[in-house]
Amino acid sequence: MNAMAGKSKCGSYELSQEGQALTVKAYGIWTLQTAAELDGKISNDVANKIYQHVDYDLCDVSKLDTAGAYLLARAIKLGTAPAHSWAVTKGNKGQKILMSAAAEATLGHEMRPPRPWFDVFARVGIATSRFWTELVETIAFLGKFFTVLFRCITQPHRMRWKAIVALVEKIGLDAVPIIMVLCFFIGAVIAYMGANLLASFGAGVFMVDLVGFSVIRELAPIITAILIAGRSDSAFTAQLGAMKMRQEIDAMTVIGLDTFEVLVVPRALAALIAMPILTFLGMISGILAGILVAAIVGSGLSPILFLTRLQDVVGLSHFWVGMVKTPFFAIIIAIIGCRQGLAVTGSVESLGSRTTTSVVQAIFAVITVDAIFAILFYQLGV
Amino acid sequence: MEKNTQVTPAQSVGGQAINPQLAAPMEARGILTQFGDNIIHQNLNFKVTPNEIVGLVGGSGAGKSVLMNTLLGLKEPEGGTIRYFGKNRDDLNAEDRLAINNQMGVLFQGGALFSSMTVRENIMVPLREHTDLSQQLMCELADMKIHMVGLPAMAGALYPSDLSGGMKKRAGLARSLALDPQLLFLDEPTAGLDPVGANAFDELILGLRDALNLTVLMVTHDLDSLYAICDRVAVLVDKHIAIADKLDVVQNYDHPWVKEYFGGPRSRAAQSAGLS
Repeated sequence: MNAMAGKSKCGSYELSQEGQALTVKAYGIWTLQTAAELDGKISNDVANKIYQHVDYDLCDVSKLDTAGAYLLARAIKLGTAPAHSWAVTKGNKGQKILMSAAAEATLGHEMRPPRPWFDVFARVGIATSRFWTELVETIAFLGKFFTVLFRCITQPHRMRWKAIVALVEKIGLDAVPIIMVLCFFIGAVIAYMGANLLASFGAGVFMVDLVGFSVIRELAPIITAILIAGRSDSAFTAQLGAMKMRQEIDAMTVIGLDTFEVLVVPRALAALIAMPILTFLGMISGILAGILVAAIVGSGLSPILFLTRLQDVVGLSHFWVGMVKTPFFAIIIAIIGCRQGLAVTGSVESLGSRTTTSVVQAIFAVITVDAIFAILFYQLGV
Repeated sequence: MEKNTQVTPAQSVGGQAINPQLAAPMEARGILTQFGDNIIHQNLNFKVTPNEIVGLVGGSGAGKSVLMNTLLGLKEPEGGTIRYFGKNRDDLNAEDRLAINNQMGVLFQGGALFSSMTVRENIMVPLREHTDLSQQLMCELADMKIHMVGLPAMAGALYPSDLSGGMKKRAGLARSLALDPQLLFLDEPTAGLDPVGANAFDELILGLRDALNLTVLMVTHDLDSLYAICDRVAVLVDKHIAIADKLDVVQNYDHPWVKEYFGGPRSRAAQSAGLS
């Protein structure tokens, strides 16, 4: 390839000045391959010269492309003051066309200003204000959801039962194995820790309290919520986002379908139905793990003893403490997923970033709400 | 129409890389393409000469896109050879192949811009990969390309999703021109543009051909484009290039599809518009 050989004999030039006219006589190869070497040379040389007009003599240029022409054309702009006019005095037609394209481009735009020092503060400010708008918009979305939900409840024929059932299967039934397995492991881990720790105090039987309280009150609801946030919330965002990108949402609006009614309400209701059931199954699975570990580790706790003690110490109120949180989690997850999905714009980039935001926000919100409930129940003495 | 008048002087310009006078920028010989038992191209011969604009036409499903992918090197043909600038593609080592690839630019139908980058960054991608220019110079060269394809300066900072269809094509063209290629492939460059935009795009291609010493191969269905800017028209029918010649010769070629294509009312309208 001759293009590669171009590196050996780079372009060069001579400057001469007569009055207000600067003449640039160029030699050799002025192409993209030699541009890195040539970059900056002309601009430095002309920086202190004063001239109004630039003449180009290009008859000794063996190769010229847009990059080379651009570098040559810099002489027009980068003198002490920009030149008023320029001309190619010697050169062929193709070179003239290239030079005029390059000259228009250099004259046309200013160089980019460097980043100011306060840029970092500006970014922090933008991020902070974006956090607030996100919060406000999510709450507004929640409000709109409730008004539409209310309308759907008062006019039940508007409810899309088929969609809800299909979604319950996807969010609920399909997630049963993973949630039960996960809660089983968590329950087993807690039980093992408790068995070891409490046995050293001779209080092995309190392991039942530990497993019962932690799994029923906290772990099963929160593990389920986080799993659904990762599993279904991201799916909501990606589905709605892709629909938005392909203008399906716009088509729906034009046809006269309410996006909230068709897309958001069924998802939220499906999550609302699936979440308590999944949590309940998670609880059972966690307790089962506790029973199994108690029997295997051999701290003398038979399954019957375990269950009797569980019934004695962990009252029904603790079960409700665990369960009462689940509808809140369900709504939070569904709303955040749908809102982020509908906020997707045309680009692939925004679909990706919205999906990430969606999962992060959902998990963040679930844990925050859980903490609020913990404080609330403590104050209430439940 | 003054189509061929500038060919001779422009050839002696730039003349980067391979000696264009000696070898065709691209030549396909005896191409055989098949998917399973379905033969798409058989004994297809096609040659592009330097500094011309060739239009490739053919019915839907005739295998125009497959041919373009084959010529681009995105698909290996089942038989036959493809030569770039006189060199057989199969004999090239990786380095030469890359150098040849840098001499080819492609404008895909939808622009195929990288949606996560601004237009300016899109144009800078080939520059960043294949040259060692400073960031500032790359940026300025990208802006120059943006200017050359007739986009406003502010378009550089926009993302592809913010652009209209016509602007996307222009931006895609700017990216395909980033490395100053000698051979430009255009896939339906004027499809989806309004007539005014399509005319402007045709003018742009013509202007760039003269300025940058380009050889252009365009797949097109736009009869106006064929009449307005193509030096030669290649017709892909019956699994091979039946004829590739000046438009008036092709029009009189004796083949039912060709007769129908150029004899239809759309063609006559485009022809009279192109001649006036």
